[in-house]
Amino acid sequence: MTGSAVLSVRDLHVTYHGSSGAVPAVRGVSLDVHEGETVGVAGESGCGKSTVAMALLRLLPAGTRTDGEILLDGEDVLAMRAGRLRAVRWAGASIVFQGAQHALNPVQRIGDQITEALRVHNIKGTKAGSLLELVGLPTRRADAYPHELSGGQKQRVMIAMALACDPRLLIADEPTTALDVMVQAQVLALLERIQSERGLATIFITHDLSVLSYVADRLVVMYAGRVAEEGPAAAVLDDPQHPYTRALAGAFPTIGDSASRFAPAGLPGDPPDPAAVPPGCAFHPRCPVVIDACPLTDVELRPVGDGDRRAACLLVPTVAGTLS
Amino acid sequence: MTIATAGPSSPRQLAWARRRRSAARFSRQLLSDRAGVAGLAVLVFFVVVALAAPLLVSASELSATAGRGNPDLAPPSAEFPLGTDEIGRSVLAQLIWGARISLFIGVVATLVAVVIGSTVGVTAGFVGGRTERLLMAVDDWFLVIPFLPLAIVLAAVLGSSATTLAVVIGVTSWAGSGRLLRAQVLSVKERLFIERSRALGASGWHIVTRHVLPHTAPLILANAILTVPGAILAESTLAFLGFGDRLQPSWGKMLEGALSSGALTVGAWWYYWPPGLCIVAVVLAFTVVGRALERILDPRLVDRPMSR
Repeated sequence: MTGSAVLSVRDLHVTYHGSSGAVPAVRGVSLDVHEGETVGVAGESGCGKSTVAMALLRLLPAGTRTDGEILLDGEDVLAMRAGRLRAVRWAGASIVFQGAQHALNPVQRIGDQITEALRVHNIKGTKAGSLLELVGLPTRRADAYPHELSGGQKQRVMIAMALACDPRLLIADEPTTALDVMVQAQVLALLERIQSERGLATIFITHDLSVLSYVADRLVVMYAGRVAEEGPAAAVLDDPQHPYTRALAGAFPTIGDSASRFAPAGLPGDPPDPAAVPPGCAFHPRCPVVIDACPLTDVELRPVGDGDRRAACLLVPTVAGTLS
Repeated sequence: MTIATAGPSSPRQLAWARRRRSAARFSRQLLSDRAGVAGLAVLVFFVVVALAAPLLVSASELSATAGRGNPDLAPPSAEFPLGTDEIGRSVLAQLIWGARISLFIGVVATLVAVVIGSTVGVTAGFVGGRTERLLMAVDDWFLVIPFLPLAIVLAAVLGSSATTLAVVIGVTSWAGSGRLLRAQVLSVKERLFIERSRALGASGWHIVTRHVLPHTAPLILANAILTVPGAILAESTLAFLGFGDRLQPSWGKMLEGALSSGALTVGAWWYYWPPGLCIVAVVLAFTVVGRALERILDPRLVDRPMSR
């Protein structure tokens, strides 16, 4: 973990206002991403991870309330004026969207779409062809329409597009979902290569822990709009402290381990409705090791061991070794 | 898609090469659509005739006194290939000059309607909120107001030159395309590539011109194509009711003349069949060409078997 924090999120709250009232989708998330670091954000659907991603560039629908602090290179995104915000979008942080299929305009040539950000930001000198070569596609594909490309190629185009303005932070929102495993591996290798070449700070959002174990330096596990556990990726996956992380890691079978084949681990139930989050620890209704205090205590993240790991579970002993 | 890459060249040359390639592809695709080619041929024929009218027939043949000495309602002959009308004027001369007015009004009225309709529809759909409600209220007002009385009142107030008539028809017939475009924009607006464009810092204007308009273009085109025949028919209707420039014949006015002079009763087919058929031919040609263009301009429809 070298360099300063490119992105620093403090106590982020996002509340959607739907027809059925306020829906708190993110309830106090803090995270830091340093230069050259990949932070993986994991969690089930509906736990708020994509909302966090969209909030970083203020892309949430109008009427959504966002509180807290999002410092991108020291500048608060939430306090920016519209013009400055537009300038920061893509040049400061860019997004590789989930579903490249739909993030490309079907009636525009690939080359024109890749250079769209350059035109918007008035940047001269960068060519669509060189960006395509960067992601391993032949230059002449710039003339193609999206429907003439395969899924993996489209995802590569999305990555090329995200790199167009040389951003400091890359937000990859489920970039490999809907790709087959071989193509997924290629895209991940590409992302990793580009990231290390350019020293990009990356936020990698996915529900697929196996992907995160491959790309992430640090891991943030979200549940019901909060961080359940965070820490160095390998440590979190090898020795999960929060029962939710344990369940996620356990749901990922170990090849060759017959025990996991005959007794597939999983987690019963669904993540809570963000409009009606259970009191206390939001995970308690599904938790296999629930204790009486769980529904009553609003658990804060507490340090685990002596490393820079933290987990939000009452069963994790506080540093002093006492339960609070 | 294999493209022979020429040697190193400047971006400008590359851009022109690409434009040449797409022009070639465009014409190749258009020529492969037989119905489209036929429609285009018909349109070109009428446009050429309309433009060349002063060379083909002297304008003096249209005056009320031009038919003096000629037989009235005479059937086709060597002197009058399409016979004469009730005051002895050549039907062919009127038909040729009529093409001018009918096409002019059809096209200009359509331009007016499409520009108003797309501006209102796209603005309402994209901006939303109070602007949308206001614009749609205006749209609804134009949609429910009976066309004919409004057009007649406007024509009476504004005068009845061909241009005014075209504007009147355009102003009264944009409401449908306005609603249609708003609906299309509402659906395009939710697509992910719009969000992507917003994420990369694009302004509203950029998103509308680069993403929303190209996505609604086929609809705008199809709508325009359907508006042209409507406008031609509207012009015929207004001409039939006595509006329009009295000195300039149009196909609608010829039909009116045929009806009021009793040509239908005496079976003077050469008087009412030609303008009627011309209207049908132009309307049909516009539709067929419009379909062909739509197929070419929308890459999602390319490479599918032609439906005819």
